[in-house]
Amino acid sequence: MHDMSAHAHVAHHAPPTSFIRKHIFSIDHKVIGKQYYGLALVAVFVGMVLSWLMRLHLGWANLAIPGLHWLSSTGAPGDVMTPEYYLQLMTMHGTIMVFFVLTTAPFAAFGNYFLPIQVGAEDMPFPHFNMMSFWVTFVAFLVLIASFFVSDGPTLGGWTQYAPLSAVGAVAGPGQGMGVVLWAASIAIFCVGQLLGSLNFITTTLNMRTKGMSLWRMPLTTWGWFITSVMGLTAFAVLMPACILLILDHVAGTSFFVASNLVLNDQLQPHAGGSTLLWQHLFWFFGHPEVYIAIVPGMGIVSHVLVANMRRPMLSHRVLVYSMGALAVLSYMVYGHHMFVSGMNPVSSIAFSFPTLIITIPSTIIVLIWIGSLYGSRLRINTASLFALGMISMFISGGVSGFFLAQPSLDIMLHATYFVVGHFHLVMAVAAIFGIFSGTYFWFPKMFGRMMNETLGKIHFWLTFVGAYCIFMPFHYLGLAGNVRRYQAFVDDYLQPLIPVHRFITVAALVTGAAQLIFLYNLIHSRFGGEKAPDNPWQATSLEWATPTTPPPYDNFGGHLPTVYHDPYQYGIEGSTGDYVMQNSPEKVQSVGEEA
Amino acid sequence: MATTVHEPPRIEQPSQPRRVLDGGGGHGNLIPPQGSLRAVEYAPPPAATGIWVGIAAISMTFAALTSALVVRRGGALDWRHFTIPSILYLNTLVLIASSVTLEIARRRVAGFMGLKAEVRSPARWLYVTLALGLLFVAGQYVAWRQLSAQGLYLASNPSSSFFYVLTAAHALHLLGGLGGLVRVMRKLGNFSLRRSTLDATSRYWHFMDVLWVYLLVLIWAKL
Repeated sequence: MHDMSAHAHVAHHAPPTSFIRKHIFSIDHKVIGKQYYGLALVAVFVGMVLSWLMRLHLGWANLAIPGLHWLSSTGAPGDVMTPEYYLQLMTMHGTIMVFFVLTTAPFAAFGNYFLPIQVGAEDMPFPHFNMMSFWVTFVAFLVLIASFFVSDGPTLGGWTQYAPLSAVGAVAGPGQGMGVVLWAASIAIFCVGQLLGSLNFITTTLNMRTKGMSLWRMPLTTWGWFITSVMGLTAFAVLMPACILLILDHVAGTSFFVASNLVLNDQLQPHAGGSTLLWQHLFWFFGHPEVYIAIVPGMGIVSHVLVANMRRPMLSHRVLVYSMGALAVLSYMVYGHHMFVSGMNPVSSIAFSFPTLIITIPSTIIVLIWIGSLYGSRLRINTASLFALGMISMFISGGVSGFFLAQPSLDIMLHATYFVVGHFHLVMAVAAIFGIFSGTYFWFPKMFGRMMNETLGKIHFWLTFVGAYCIFMPFHYLGLAGNVRRYQAFVDDYLQPLIPVHRFITVAALVTGAAQLIFLYNLIHSRFGGEKAPDNPWQATSLEWATPTTPPPYDNFGGHLPTVYHDPYQYGIEGSTGDYVMQNSPEKVQSVGEEA
Repeated sequence: MATTVHEPPRIEQPSQPRRVLDGGGGHGNLIPPQGSLRAVEYAPPPAATGIWVGIAAISMTFAALTSALVVRRGGALDWRHFTIPSILYLNTLVLIASSVTLEIARRRVAGFMGLKAEVRSPARWLYVTLALGLLFVAGQYVAWRQLSAQGLYLASNPSSSFFYVLTAAHALHLLGGLGGLVRVMRKLGNFSLRRSTLDATSRYWHFMDVLWVYLLVLIWAKL
């Protein structure tokens, strides 16, 4: 142990005493992490309800959904969704899920809580920025939700907000006036929050590691968050100015994204010379790294959970880290694959296609390391490890279709169909959500000092696992059958035979969504009535399990930072406490691989 | 008195035989035989790293705006060049001068923090820097007024749109730097200034200077 003077250049702060400074405007990274988790939880339920409404409408067009007119009297007169309102709900579902769930939960929530503890720091170096990061994100969420309450509702432009329809104002449809301005403002604010967060994550990793914590001794989760924060820093810094330019096209009459002589609803638009593709370039330069911002923390979490439950390290810790780094670097070179059908120069399509195929290599390496490490291991089956396995399954199933979409010739056929919807939901959304669940069941005991109910957890897992496949696998078949996406109803003859498939998906979505109530119940019930958790319930080795109390004290280590003596995953060895040795244990152990 | 900067402690770096087939993560790479640590015992203050991280993010933002400018200009028939207001050259000199005065101030304050009694009124040059910074912002405002007097507003032409966006984005970041300077002066006043804060603030200010020169060249060449 060494004392905190090692971090003499960091402002130390005494624990707060008032309720507001303790639980609301807290600068404690653990409280901020929990706040982010709470925000993601609210957001994911909002996003899920939106998807239910969409699914009901897709299965049974013109179905009256009781009470829907309360949400919007113009969008759902007589409780029946208008086509425009369907698109508005779709846009909000995508935006809420991508930004306020897939970015906040695995990265901002768990990263805030555990990154400083895992590197042995007492807090982040800029705690006030950290507090701002959450509250700015919270304001962004409110601004986005506010668009439900403006006269013509939220924007219907899709979460990608393609120009020029996003930039011309209300003439392009309901929600395209104030709705888009609120959307762009929300996202720009969100970017500020994530930039502040990334700043803290990077400096914590580089500067706040405790004695003995070399880079290679950091757990895979820490690596995941560090790599993600580097991506976040560069991606959000580009999306923010793009959103500001979009707002200026709306409110100041500039023409960044609107071309000349555009006539909408028989009205010549008062813009000239703008580039519609410019928005797509700026958006996807952020958008593709965003996919990895969502999934890389999940990769770290899943690896961390599996290692603790396999009781042995990954086949190669380093190759796993290098592969996550390769994903981050390549993620900037592939963004054009979202634009194969945009009218972009075909040469560019080929230039973007190659790195897209190449990025499957590090992805495959990561999967092979997981599977190779699992092979022959006696995996402890608990809810956390089940969700980790589920994440791998989802990532593979969704990733395989990426090979098809990476090729422009095939993508042109599939791009506007449900095939793409199935692909990205599995590989990025559901896989990341499974990572979040895995992390929740694994770390809940440390965060709240109580165990979650394992039986309920396993029921939750199986319902979610089977349900997710029932929802998203048929999407691929629909896509191959030519079912276009973004349609609010399927009236063409060739789509009629597919409607039973849509109804099956809707039922699956309702059931799977309802199964999440089991999780919510487990979360709340365990928080107050769960079994008391020991300090290290999983016999794990990393520093979050070495805190003097559970949950950790205000300064994480009770005034004495730990000293790190080992690599993060010393499992399957003969230690004095069992088959593992914790990172901060000075115990000398005989290495299994020493003779290698 | 303010903090002193310690020399980094020496870290023992035992030479370990390189193992093949060592994927890391555990099973290998244990405590070296001597029991000493391959340790990170000294790290630079987070502010020193943080400021570079911030500079990287701001650079990305302006790179995005630059690429937007290049793309927008490339495909446009409506792009009209305009002569940039000559006060911008004066503003540039003011900003460069402020970097020089800040560097003088930084050395004096650092000397003062190192308990050199002969350094009197160490904050004087900080005030000069602050004044020059405010003068620059005022000068930018004059430039905007001159442009609007010519009938060139934000939405008049893509070139003027980019001019206002780039200069306003820079001015906002510069105001952040002015806030940093005020914070340094306040901390100096109550003897709680850290060397790392001083260095980070001045590094940010110099970056604002470099960024402005880049923008001026961009505006001059492209708008």
